Amino acid sequence: MSESLIEFKGVAARIGVTTILRDIDMTVGPGESLGLFGANGAGKTTLLRVLATLLRPSAGSASVLGADLNEQERYDIRRRIGLIGHSPALYPELSLLGNLEFSARIAGAPLQAAVQALQDVGLGGAASRLAGESSHGMQRRAEFAREIMLAPDLLLLDEPHSALDPSAIELVEHIVAGVLERDGAVVLVSHDVDRVAPMVTRAAELTAGTVR
Amino acid sequence: MSDRFWPQAFAIARRDLDRERRAGEVAWVTIPFGAIALLLVPLAVGINQDVLARIGTGMLFVVVMLFGVLTAVRRTSAETPEQRDAIALLGIDPAAEFVGRTMAGSLLLLVFQIVMAAVAVVLYGLDISGWAWMVVVMPLTALGLAELGTISSSIASSTNAGPALVPLLVTPLAIPLLLGATQTVEAIDRDGGNLAWPVLMTIVVLALAIVGVATARPLQETR
Repeated sequence: MSESLIEFKGVAARIGVTTILRDIDMTVGPGESLGLFGANGAGKTTLLRVLATLLRPSAGSASVLGADLNEQERYDIRRRIGLIGHSPALYPELSLLGNLEFSARIAGAPLQAAVQALQDVGLGGAASRLAGESSHGMQRRAEFAREIMLAPDLLLLDEPHSALDPSAIELVEHIVAGVLERDGAVVLVSHDVDRVAPMVTRAAELTAGTVR
Repeated sequence: MSDRFWPQAFAIARRDLDRERRAGEVAWVTIPFGAIALLLVPLAVGINQDVLARIGTGMLFVVVMLFGVLTAVRRTSAETPEQRDAIALLGIDPAAEFVGRTMAGSLLLLVFQIVMAAVAVVLYGLDISGWAWMVVVMPLTALGLAELGTISSSIASSTNAGPALVPLLVTPLAIPLLLGATQTVEAIDRDGGNLAWPVLMTIVVLALAIVGVATARPLQETR
């Protein structure tokens, strides 16, 4: 694999009528981990949504995992992208294992992988606990378990240290290392440079919607 | 259609039914309030058995339609943007998501109709001798309302309009289903049955299925 996994040239993105990102140029290759740092409101989460193909660029050319985001139907590559955002995306009425099994059924992964992934993140004993009755940190761990199970080529992390204890932070580093070993790529956004820096191979600053 | 289509559709249906089993929205909110709505009718029009028997079937389907819309609204607001993003990134086929959500919604609405029908028979003393057609009418009503609810909630989430849009979309489009259901039963009482109304309902259900599958992908793409 030699081509860039992410290639943005002059990318802009709007939410409603407000331009959040402007003139973004960035390239991320296989085995690279890019850290994007910036203050609140800099556009970090919006940039992750564009990278995840969940928000279409309003200008510029954008390619993710070889797919042109302006032309192709984006859902073809979505299975290869993992995103862990600010708020947990679990269903509170389902157990932690039930949430992972649901993801496995949709993605076509073996159900046994869900059990193993929960064990890998230290939630083997809490598999039957409802997500809605689990702590924020446990829900974050379960989301990391989902990414272990699905093994994405591109992993996007929004404030990855949020609500995690020290042992879970080691877990995040382990997951990031696993993606890079597979020649995948990782993009992390955070306002906390010191905590994220050890996990990135390259860093950039996002200020007022532009990468510097 | 990919080989993942049906496994994905069944996974979505199973998720929705599991969530309902835990949350009990239909069992503990919709069904009791629907029964209360049917109970209120005799209080409004008087306890005249002839009148109740005449309007009972119509009232049954009015309640089914209104609470069907309510169920659709609840299901729309029950899904967060983060959950929608997460399922999109699992590589779901949007058409499979439509089919799965419709399957689960149909089953819930069918159960709701059966309970409401039993309540209406007891309260209004309805003659059920010609209700063999209900075996056709109830599933078609459930399927049509579930399709409408799923399409409307997809439009609402794609346009950021929120749940407020759902009743505005569902209610007018549900009128052919309401007419079909009530007129099928009326026709049985009048002349022993008329295929025209069930055929109309079938056409509406098929048309909604085509619209739902055809618009699923563009709607997901515009999120």
